[in-house]
Amino acid sequence: MLLREVGYARPSSLDEALSLLAATDGARALAGGQTLVNVMKARAASPDALIDLNGLGELKGIDLAADGTLRIGAMATYTEIAESAEARARPILGEVCATIADVQVRNRGTIGGNVCSNDPTNHLPPLLAAVGAQMTIAGAGGERTVPADDFFLGVYMTAVGPDELLTSITVPPGKSDGFASVTLGADGTCIVSAAASIDGGVRVALGCVDAVPVVLQPESADEQAVRAAVREARLDPPSDVHASSEYRAHLAGVLAVRAANDASHRARS
Amino acid sequence: MEPTAATVSPARQITVTINGTTYEREVEARKLLIHFIRDDLDLTGSHIGCDTGNCGACSVIVDGTLLKSCMLLAVQADGASIETVEGIADDDELTKLQQSFSDRHALQCGYCTPGMLMSATALLRANPQPTEEEIRKALQGNICRCTGYWNIFEAVKDAADGAGA
Repeated sequence: MLLREVGYARPSSLDEALSLLAATDGARALAGGQTLVNVMKARAASPDALIDLNGLGELKGIDLAADGTLRIGAMATYTEIAESAEARARPILGEVCATIADVQVRNRGTIGGNVCSNDPTNHLPPLLAAVGAQMTIAGAGGERTVPADDFFLGVYMTAVGPDELLTSITVPPGKSDGFASVTLGADGTCIVSAAASIDGGVRVALGCVDAVPVVLQPESADEQAVRAAVREARLDPPSDVHASSEYRAHLAGVLAVRAANDASHRARS
Repeated sequence: MEPTAATVSPARQITVTINGTTYEREVEARKLLIHFIRDDLDLTGSHIGCDTGNCGACSVIVDGTLLKSCMLLAVQADGASIETVEGIADDDELTKLQQSFSDRHALQCGYCTPGMLMSATALLRANPQPTEEEIRKALQGNICRCTGYWNIFEAVKDAADGAGA
């Protein structure tokens, strides 16, 4: 399909990209483009200019600090994360990235694009909320860091302002994580997902049941406690052609328990 | 780095190498890579099935990486080396993979075949002895609407046996 006319620039530094975003009316950052190019075909998004982030070395790479903290560049692809030795410091990240869409999309789609599009059916928003990720955002005034809990603001909306860019995602070390989802076919569009993490306390984040990930802190990872936390959240998920609100609410309980079981199992191993 | 890379423009001059031939063209920023390949260069082996990033008929290998060319702008391929289905065989000699597709009747209408071949080629290069599960995962991004998956799977399995494709 022919896109609407659009301007294009390929900056080679973060500063250059930020200046272009600020100086160009209707500009939008282009990361992997595995969502954005398609919504542009459908005219669901119609930016006047695309600022291509693929030339920014500063946004690439996956680094592991001596204390086990993982820093993932916003432009790291799903394939890079799934294959990265460093990313195994938090194994769940690569495992979930390896189940996103298909090979071609994983080769181009990025972690930053995934979370900045904040489509409620994406796996990474609830996962990053569960593992307590920190999001680093750069703008004209410098850098700021926002916890994942405060990053996701609404459907397709995040804390990243129009003249800002997500540059990296920092994840603390840990292995006691779990993830469970029901999708349309293997690795297809998500109906409900749940991520769980045990680190002293228990955190469970539910995806696809609200505009943003719903973060719960059950008293323990036991089934009863997790089910009670999901009940107390009084979820009112959306209905669509794929699932009714009631079915999504039911799945939320089932998948939260599966994710918590997965996390406890790994905590013991 | 070309001097104009960091200015916003509706079109730009790009240089792309496809199957060993270098092309220089002026393209609009809004043009998808698949349209550039098919319409501007007349390399019509790569197909457009869905134009929504689902079907994989437009799959090509860009700088060694398998991608769907309907989700990339042509301007983004500036400087890249691209392989399309026209380029995987040497002259008239089919690759082992292509011969396996023929032997196993792995195409019915043939529309998905270029994408299937590119995905399987990328798989066998990276992993010459894939497991059955790995073959299935590698073809997940390619839809065959004739639903002829079994023969495609068998063809890739055959090509993977012994020497690589």
